[in-house]
Amino acid sequence: MGTTITIKNLTKRFGNVVAVNDVSLTIEPGTFLTLLGPSGCGKTTLLRCVAGLEDPDGGEIYIGNKLVFSHSRGISLPPGQRDLGLVFQNYALWPHMKVYKNMTFALEIKKLPKEEMDERVKESLAEVQMEGYEDRYPREMSGGQQQRIALARMLAYRPKVFLMDEPLSNLDARLRMDMRAEVKRLHRLAGATTVYVTHDQVEALTMSSNIAVMKEGVLQQVDTPDTVYHYPANLFVADFIGNPKVNLLDGVVDGNNSVNLGKFQIAIDTSNAPEKVVVAVRPEDVAISTEPDLGAVEFTAYSILPSGADSTIIARLEGTEITVREMGISKINMDDKIWLKFDSKTLNLYDQESGNLVVSRS
Amino acid sequence: MEISLPVPQSLSLRILAASRRFFRWLTRPQVILALIMLVLMFVMVIIPLYSLGETTVTWSQHDLTRVPDAVVGELTIFHWVRMLTGVLGRIYTYTPLQHSMTIAIGATLLALLIGGSLAWLVVRTDMPGRKIINQLAVLPYIMPSWTIAQAWLVLFKNRLTGGTPGLFEAVVGISPPNWLSYGPVPIIICSALHYYTFFFLFTSAALMSIDSNLEESGELMGASRWRILRKITFPLVIPAILSGVIMTFSKVMGTFGGPNILGLPVRYYVVATMIRGSLAAQEKGDAFVLAIVLILFSIITLSINQRLVGTRRSYETIGGRGFVMNQTKLGKIKRALFIAVIIFQVLVIALPIGLLLFDTFMLVDGTYRLSNLTLQHWIGPRGTVYNHGEPGVLRNPKIYSTAWNSIRLALWTAFSTALLGILLGYAIVKGRGTRLSKLVEQLAFIPYIIPGIAFGAVYIAMFARKMGPLPSLYGTFALLVIVSVAKHIPYSSRSGVSAMMQVGRELEEAAMVAGANVWQRFRRIIFPLTSSGFMSGFLLTFITTMRELSLIILLVTPKTQLLASQTMQYTENGDNQEANVVIVILITIVVVGNFIIGRFGKGSLHKGLGM
Repeated sequence: MGTTITIKNLTKRFGNVVAVNDVSLTIEPGTFLTLLGPSGCGKTTLLRCVAGLEDPDGGEIYIGNKLVFSHSRGISLPPGQRDLGLVFQNYALWPHMKVYKNMTFALEIKKLPKEEMDERVKESLAEVQMEGYEDRYPREMSGGQQQRIALARMLAYRPKVFLMDEPLSNLDARLRMDMRAEVKRLHRLAGATTVYVTHDQVEALTMSSNIAVMKEGVLQQVDTPDTVYHYPANLFVADFIGNPKVNLLDGVVDGNNSVNLGKFQIAIDTSNAPEKVVVAVRPEDVAISTEPDLGAVEFTAYSILPSGADSTIIARLEGTEITVREMGISKINMDDKIWLKFDSKTLNLYDQESGNLVVSRS
Repeated sequence: MEISLPVPQSLSLRILAASRRFFRWLTRPQVILALIMLVLMFVMVIIPLYSLGETTVTWSQHDLTRVPDAVVGELTIFHWVRMLTGVLGRIYTYTPLQHSMTIAIGATLLALLIGGSLAWLVVRTDMPGRKIINQLAVLPYIMPSWTIAQAWLVLFKNRLTGGTPGLFEAVVGISPPNWLSYGPVPIIICSALHYYTFFFLFTSAALMSIDSNLEESGELMGASRWRILRKITFPLVIPAILSGVIMTFSKVMGTFGGPNILGLPVRYYVVATMIRGSLAAQEKGDAFVLAIVLILFSIITLSINQRLVGTRRSYETIGGRGFVMNQTKLGKIKRALFIAVIIFQVLVIALPIGLLLFDTFMLVDGTYRLSNLTLQHWIGPRGTVYNHGEPGVLRNPKIYSTAWNSIRLALWTAFSTALLGILLGYAIVKGRGTRLSKLVEQLAFIPYIIPGIAFGAVYIAMFARKMGPLPSLYGTFALLVIVSVAKHIPYSSRSGVSAMMQVGRELEEAAMVAGANVWQRFRRIIFPLTSSGFMSGFLLTFITTMRELSLIILLVTPKTQLLASQTMQYTENGDNQEANVVIVILITIVVVGNFIIGRFGKGSLHKGLGM
């Protein structure tokens, strides 16, 4: 049921600000693609361009085989003719209409027969587990329920493309977890190509089949969650993805397949690396011990942040600070001596100048 | 050396694409609406203003009587020199201007004092009966602005005019001095008692939106009560106060009724009455010079005001949000204060109406005996010695067509204004950030700074003659509707913007995604969601148009007589009782209309004022 979305050289400016800068992206049928980035990176603008709510300043957009936008040809189909559904951050349920009317609004415009409308409303409400809410007004429901209705409203018109603009960010943490599972299941059920905007990297990692990371209007990397997590294409992506944050250590290649980090060295294949590099290592990839070990470096435990399933340990060695993640509740106390060990198989090496990945983990 | 460039599309294709993009921009509802609004405002405001200026620098037929060798239609600075220099300049322009400024400043300060303290008492203290006081506080605004002036006359007039005593003299036995009966003092008091509503509404909304935490944090730091009021509360309500200042000042500058009733007997002329006088004497050029002077003066005063606030924010709405609110304990005086406030409000509302009503029952003005009470002025027959032989007001068929004119005008204006408000609000809010939207918003502000009487003058200048496809509209009912709608544009854009702001843009976008076209979006989303804003705008405009005098006094003709202008005509003919009968009828219609619209339309005056 899904369809391909092809974006070619798309550019959108607001005054002097380039919100979307020459973005090209192909989204395969049935993909769950997340646009991820900090606020103001252009992800929502890109989504609105696809929806037809913004008029881009350059480029083309195809949905399936249909050219829906082309700057050079002066074409821009109105949103209603693009065969897509959109869920807004604040739900955008029409407050003066009951759930039923909200859901049949688009169907009435399509002039569907009454029986079919009834059937679709029933079906869609069942899909979001909101059976029997037809006669409620939006204000008579909780935020989570309104969000479900917003999803059901989109499902009822059965678009080929789902667009979602931070749909869960107004929900509390617990409800958000439930709804993630829900949205993921709905996507699988409908099979529609989905573009999902979020600034929450955990949400992106847990839900998507593909993640497109954006920064200042420019696409940084488009890959599967696994690849984006383990092989971030540049320092921005590495730093943005992962919680706790990745450790980024400035170093100098000293020729001997090792990187000098000032106080200590790390052994790694540096054949492709420039002189000045940044070593990136995820907190969970650092081995921690309270005993000295061969090749381990002595640090001091600066702070311990246990959170039940795991603990985050901030380790310090003079100016260098390294975050380490340990499973379970840590036995380490503040100001204890600890020994950290790095495995060259888990390290990514970036060019300090360009910020690009030069040597990736095996 | 040849540089090879990628071959672009053919020129015709590029032109086609560019024209498609332009057409798409043009057909966006906010753009097309904004353009329509620009044209409307251009015709309704800019061209008339231009026409006004043009008249002042052109010789007219009438000028031949004074300057025989003038060439009609040629440019001249005659009117400007005449009105701004020498003895005539002093009599016609400078003294009236000084008088206008005096009453405008005086009335503004007094209204601020009354409205501000009432607002503080209602919002920030534990005074009992605050709800009732809150509701009574808007009532003076419903009455015509010159009601209190007319009542003042009934109470305080002395034998200077007509030789009959006022009620005060009849009861107390002392003839009130001229300064109390006529001139600036009563004009200021009467205007302030009418316009304090603005300050009350603006300030109470602002006070309501101040989080008490802001004040409490001051208190925790050890600041005294007075210091908190001065350093925290006051600065926070300053924008609201300045909105009230702007509104009251420009209203009083252009007000005609009060000065006409209370100023003329002692030859205390203000610019508004002067303009009317000059026009009555066919001196259009002179009258329009005065109108321009009045407009310029309002603009200068208001821009100084704006400078002081820093931004145009003062004009914008201060929304009332619910915050933590702690109330000042008034202690023992709270009961006494409550009684004082209620007495004040009754004095301001019931006493004028009571006095006017009482006056309508007096056969002969100024004779305070039971035998003098009569219904002659209401239902008396034709051909008596009273009222120049005219029948009582209710027996006079003219009154019904006049009342119908007023109601019709108010309904037409209210409907057009409210609709225009939603469309303006849409064009401005949806286009936020574009130059077009800013232009529309700024143009919509212009009628605000043109005092009522000057606005009427502007329309005479333009519509007294045929203009392109437009026939001469002078003397038609349509002209009254147009001028009333035009004068209301600032209010309608303001309430339209605040109504549209409450409709999140996602709500319309969701409908776009659902495939709704412009008309479906307006009919099913925008209009239903702004209906309470629409009704509030409707209500406010209905009331203000019903009792508007300054704006239309120059434009009515016997055929298009309105209740407001009818009272003035009676007053000027010396038929005070008849005038008061008409005021009572007018107030009745407004109150009934207010009730009906409020009951069935869910509109409210507070909202109509953009709050």
